[in-house]
Amino acid sequence: MEVIFLLIAISMVLAVSFLLLFFRANKAGQFDDNHTPAIRILFDNEHKQKVKKDQTKKT
Amino acid sequence: MSRENPNIVETQCYHCGETCGDDKIRHDEKDFCCQGCKLVYEVLSENDLCNYYELESFPGESQKAKTTRANRFDYLDDPEVGQKLLDFKNDAETHFTFYIPLIHCASCIWLLENLNQINQGVISSRVDFVKKKVQIRISNDRLSLKELVLLLSNLGYEPRINLSDLGKKDRPKADKKTINRLAVAGFCFGNMMLFSLPEYFSERQLLDESFQSVFNYLNVLLSLPIVFYAAGDYYISAWNSLKRKKINMDVPIVMGIIALFLYSLWQIFIHQEAGYMDSLGGLLFFLLLGKIYQQKTFASLEFDRDYKAYFPVSVTRFKKDSEEVIPLTKINVGDILLVRDEELIPADCILMDEQSYVDYSFVTGEEVPVRVTKGELIYAGGRLKGSQVMMTVQKAPSQGYLTDLWNNDSFEKSKESGLVPLSNRVSAVFTWSVLSIAFAALIFWSFTDFGTGVKAFVSVLIVACPCALAMSTPFTLGNTLRIFGRNKLYLKNAGVIERMAVSDTMVFDKTGTLTDPARASIKYHGQELTNESKRILKSIVEYSTHPLSNRINQWLGQTEKVKLDFIEEKRGLGLEASFLDQKFKLGSQEFTQVEIEKDSLNGNLVCFTAEGFLIGYFEIQSGLRNEAETVVDELSKECEIHLLSGDHSHERVKLKQQLPGISEFHFNQSPKDKLHHLGQLKADGSKSIMVGDGLNDAGALQESHVGIALTDEVSHFSPASDGILDARSFGSIPKFLAFSKSTKNVIKASFALSIAYNITGISFAVQGLLSPVLCAILMPLSSISVVLFTSLSTNAIAWKQGLFKLKSD
Repeated sequence: MEVIFLLIAISMVLAVSFLLLFFRANKAGQFDDNHTPAIRILFDNEHKQKVKKDQTKKT
Repeated sequence: MSRENPNIVETQCYHCGETCGDDKIRHDEKDFCCQGCKLVYEVLSENDLCNYYELESFPGESQKAKTTRANRFDYLDDPEVGQKLLDFKNDAETHFTFYIPLIHCASCIWLLENLNQINQGVISSRVDFVKKKVQIRISNDRLSLKELVLLLSNLGYEPRINLSDLGKKDRPKADKKTINRLAVAGFCFGNMMLFSLPEYFSERQLLDESFQSVFNYLNVLLSLPIVFYAAGDYYISAWNSLKRKKINMDVPIVMGIIALFLYSLWQIFIHQEAGYMDSLGGLLFFLLLGKIYQQKTFASLEFDRDYKAYFPVSVTRFKKDSEEVIPLTKINVGDILLVRDEELIPADCILMDEQSYVDYSFVTGEEVPVRVTKGELIYAGGRLKGSQVMMTVQKAPSQGYLTDLWNNDSFEKSKESGLVPLSNRVSAVFTWSVLSIAFAALIFWSFTDFGTGVKAFVSVLIVACPCALAMSTPFTLGNTLRIFGRNKLYLKNAGVIERMAVSDTMVFDKTGTLTDPARASIKYHGQELTNESKRILKSIVEYSTHPLSNRINQWLGQTEKVKLDFIEEKRGLGLEASFLDQKFKLGSQEFTQVEIEKDSLNGNLVCFTAEGFLIGYFEIQSGLRNEAETVVDELSKECEIHLLSGDHSHERVKLKQQLPGISEFHFNQSPKDKLHHLGQLKADGSKSIMVGDGLNDAGALQESHVGIALTDEVSHFSPASDGILDARSFGSIPKFLAFSKSTKNVIKASFALSIAYNITGISFAVQGLLSPVLCAILMPLSSISVVLFTSLSTNAIAWKQGLFKLKSD
């Protein structure tokens, strides 16, 4: 059963490092804007599109 | 009153989606409404950025109204200005953050983040969609600030740079700190729960004694960050309120925290028992959660704007016969400024040209532009109408007539004084009763068993901890804030709701608030207008920028124009034109030399004559905003309504008829008069809500109990206020008021709920029966049920009153 002491120590170290990572992320402003990244991820990276697409205009 | 013909299929501009008129431009198989839109398209297609048009249809903004003076950004070359605008600078690159109100869709984000494909000088750019801000990094040797702003402006995304941007920069960091505190509390709480788990199931016997004490010590260790870091704000707030000999909600909280912590330490170290550390963690976690919920802000809005955000950042100065564009902060008394049509007058000046028109509607509330002649003083904040003029600066921008208002005392003090929030009143009663129960239990038990007495005393303090009590206000108000936000009333903070709930007087500004200049009512009297005279009239009014002409123009709707042989605008009088050898005049009675007999003159008269004979005349009155009548009618049942106007009293009779609910009318009110009126109301003990729109209301908004700025476009300038209301939601004002009152009832009901929990807990505690398990169950249960109750009931009330919306549209 004494292995639990070791496990507790490891889990605490892990948990504290996650907490520290969270502080760092918060300080760096990762949570300042939680709307734009959701849109940004949908953009295609390739921007050389020479083919002209027909526009289907919504009216 | 525009008349639209649905039969004609209009072509839409490829860039902005506006319907193109006859003068549409065909380019690259696409239609554009104006040169500006076409230019933006050209820039984008040259750089292979046409993806912009594929992400959203018609993402752009019409470029028709754009000013294209080449030198308007010259002031950005001033190193001092650049220094104040930048975020960061080193030898290689500079970072700027711009506020671009136009950001509205995915295409905007995409284009602004691909700026580096248009100009190599841009290293990278990043958009914050909610705040409508873009952060751009540029390389110093390839691009200057001015070129960057020009580039953005050419794309149609002109950043808004105000005088206030040149002031000191401080960004609030408090929000992040609360999140950190919450993270610590959540982390410690979670881990403590794990270590306390055996305790909950009474499985203590199964575990070794050594585990038990290790778990307890770990709990103590984990409680330290909670007590000394996460709870920090509560100590400060409680101490501040005690110093003022008052008890706010944080005093009983701090009492509970200290009692829990010390008693648990005593239990763990002396008695080798479990203590209540996990409850302490849960308490702080839920409290901080409530705090964050209440702190919700409308990030893209600014509530504390003063005149600096209204004034332009640059002016054109005449020096040695040449123009130069300089930052406003650098003008001196005696400088000669050049002000163009539709530009703001940045400082109190004396006119040097013969005459001009100044629109003071935003400053004083007068609807019709004022004629200013040579040598007269023009006040800062007015908007020039007509051709450009020169003027000499009389006072620095910070000392003008208008800015004087900001030196009033009411801008110094915060509004919290006067009304004690409900929660603080309750907490005072609560604290005293808990203390007396605790002492009563101590005295009662000490006759028989002093040890149990101390235990009962501490138990009462622990279990009566006002967690649920403290959470009911923030969660109810936070949710109300959100519901208001979806209905386009954006409040500065949750405290405003409580102040709204107790209000008994509504004060409205007239121009721009109750009336909408764009909805002016216009009546025509006289001979019926033939098609030809309509066309002539249209051509005449199109020539002039006078607001009365604009209104007649709107009234005429889509009428074709004729080619006039001659047209001239006589300033302040009217227009003179000739067509097919006939002379037409449009203007005031004196100008057209006709007399109109009418018993009661309401509003402005514009006469239309041909060869000196009257064809007819227009009666133009400022139009009431949509729903203004119902709003006033409904509100008059609840409270007194006053009307303040900077305008003349010529519409008094008509307004009285239309809005019988208004009990007091005050005309010719200067901004200072308005402020004093609200001050008087305050002195008389009434709680007033002021609704206004312009700078002239700024003082009144500040002096009132609750100041709400009405605006057609929330991202545009609005004076400092407690709330910003989108003009489209004007009709919902009575609902907002009713809702804020129901909110107060919800808070009261949730207080009752949490007090019921407390009575249950205390009844165990006074008997000395409190166990850690009971604590661990009761505390989270009470918090969660209060949160559920408040959010569900506010949503239910919103649903009933028709304010419930899932998303703002």
